[in-house]
Amino acid sequence: MARHKTIAALLTGLMLCTGFLLSSPAATADGLTDPGLAPYVTALKGKKVVFLPVAMGFDLAEGWTSGVRQMVKANGGSFAIRDPNWSTTAEAQALTELISEKPDLIIVHNPDVQSLARLNEKAEKAGIYVIQVNMRSSFSTDAYVGANWQKVGEAEANALVRKCGAGTSGKVAIVQGVLTAATSVYQIGPILKVFSQHPEIKVVSNQAADWDASKAKALTTTVLQQNPDLCGLISFWDGMAVGSSAAIREAGKTGKVYVVTNGGGEQMACDNLESGNFDEYVSFDVPRQASDMNDAIKMLFQSKEPAGSVKFSLYTPNKILTKADLKPGSCWSMKNLPKS
Amino acid sequence: MKGWLFRRAHFSQERIVLAITIALFVLFSATLNRFLTSANLLSLLQSVSVLGILGVGMAIVVIGRGIDLSIVAIMAIPVAWVLYMMNQGVPVPAAFALGLGFSVAIGVLNGLFIAYVEVPALFATLATGAFVYGFGRSQLFNQDIIYLPASASWIAAVGRMHVAQVPIAVVFFAAISLAGFLVLRYTKIGRFFYLIGENYLAARITGIPARPMIVIQYVLSSLVAFIAGTLTAAAVTSMNTRVVNSTLIYDVILVVVVGGIGLSGGKGGIRNVIIGTLLIGILLDGMTILDVRYTLQNLIKSIILLVAILVDSIVNPRDEQTDQQGDI
Repeated sequence: MARHKTIAALLTGLMLCTGFLLSSPAATADGLTDPGLAPYVTALKGKKVVFLPVAMGFDLAEGWTSGVRQMVKANGGSFAIRDPNWSTTAEAQALTELISEKPDLIIVHNPDVQSLARLNEKAEKAGIYVIQVNMRSSFSTDAYVGANWQKVGEAEANALVRKCGAGTSGKVAIVQGVLTAATSVYQIGPILKVFSQHPEIKVVSNQAADWDASKAKALTTTVLQQNPDLCGLISFWDGMAVGSSAAIREAGKTGKVYVVTNGGGEQMACDNLESGNFDEYVSFDVPRQASDMNDAIKMLFQSKEPAGSVKFSLYTPNKILTKADLKPGSCWSMKNLPKS
Repeated sequence: MKGWLFRRAHFSQERIVLAITIALFVLFSATLNRFLTSANLLSLLQSVSVLGILGVGMAIVVIGRGIDLSIVAIMAIPVAWVLYMMNQGVPVPAAFALGLGFSVAIGVLNGLFIAYVEVPALFATLATGAFVYGFGRSQLFNQDIIYLPASASWIAAVGRMHVAQVPIAVVFFAAISLAGFLVLRYTKIGRFFYLIGENYLAARITGIPARPMIVIQYVLSSLVAFIAGTLTAAAVTSMNTRVVNSTLIYDVILVVVVGGIGLSGGKGGIRNVIIGTLLIGILLDGMTILDVRYTLQNLIKSIILLVAILVDSIVNPRDEQTDQQGDI
């Protein structure tokens, strides 16, 4: 309703302006005021935006922060971060505190599907806009901005279907992250579904390495011992995949085992593609996600609708990278992010 | 070999764990294809080498009736700082010297707190561990995972090296175990560690410099942790500081305790660490080959440990002495 009124008011204003303009040609010389600009400019003024990631200090969180902070501050809002440093309890506590603190908008990066679902709902009921990023909880809030894990999984599986078909052993290994993380639960299903349609692909190992490169290395080493003719490997995150590629390199099988992984497309990914550690990379493009988050923030504040009344998702299109299509600028660099 | 097998009780925890280890080894060798190959056994050892090295450091402290909960933080943070400095263009030797200095400083700090301020080891090292992590992450660098710079790829090459088929990490594990064994068994300092662990007051009265010895213990464990960290970084071309918040510290204590080094101090040796490490290594390797679900792996691991502890407390009930001494 409110929106209709706004639109009606805008139209009336527009008509009045037009009428005015027609009657006085002098006005054109002084230029016009864009009628949409004022609501846009004032939408974020004095608004408090808080980012609650699972942790700071890694490429995704730093990339998102940098992009969103700049936009919010440039538009007169304030931006704060609560860093629970990988502790789900601390994150839940921070969110509980935020609900009573009542900022205007919270960006939540969920550690898993369940932990913060109720709190997300509570925050929204308390009238705070909630944007969930990259890992969605089981409760959908105003907006979700992030990777489409189903598409990421399909892209990874299809890469191996392409590489490990006839003439190869067809043996593939999967290295998952933390099993309860949204990335893992939404990614594994589509992968196995694709593989089930291709009987030539045999999953010889499907293990979790808790996002830890050392664990990934140990289990990849064992898998390679067991299956020296391994054809491909999917790792659920680039930071963990370096462990698998170290094991593959040590076994002298770089280039023989096709390593597919995903991540935010930081420079480290391009470096590893360049050196042959990774063969194919599904990037969910963090700068693009930051700009999607900015769009969501601007839209929510301009809509003036109460929290929870509109629900939308902005899935980031995947960017598939291989060594062959690396260009300067294919990846972004955490080093070059502005500091404040 | 024969001596220790038949000395003391018939079923010490060490022998129970050794028996379980051998049983698992035989079981996996008989049932799993390609388990009993030298390549697989070496990779089995390789994957637990860092754990074993940390176990040696922990054992030195536990024998002296202490505990070092900061060992994982000391493994991760100084080495991550070294990588960070290398990324910033600091020459490699300088970066390593600074990182090593940092770890030794923390070891000294631990020792001073415990020996001179007489803070219980449990609390002192818990605090320094948190301090090292917090200080590193907030003051030294602000990244979670630090990657080895491309300019230092020779370090990764060293990490991939094999000495006569044996992976470098296993070589280091062997060397550090040997060094630990020699120190504990044949040096005065080593004997002092046992005496301090057995009875601190009596050791002091006899004129053993107990306090400096405790400082030395923690410096040694810090040094070992730094080596373990360097090996990890070379192996996976990065250092993940999140490992500080992981369950690795429990695994390290587990390797030490399950192998039969009592937390009450004065007992055990490097041999126990090796047995504990082998048990974990064989379990992990076998379950990975079997492609056991991850959550189920944790269950199996904990059941085997529980069995070992249960059997131990049934066949070796607490006597008056152990009761008075207590564990930490």
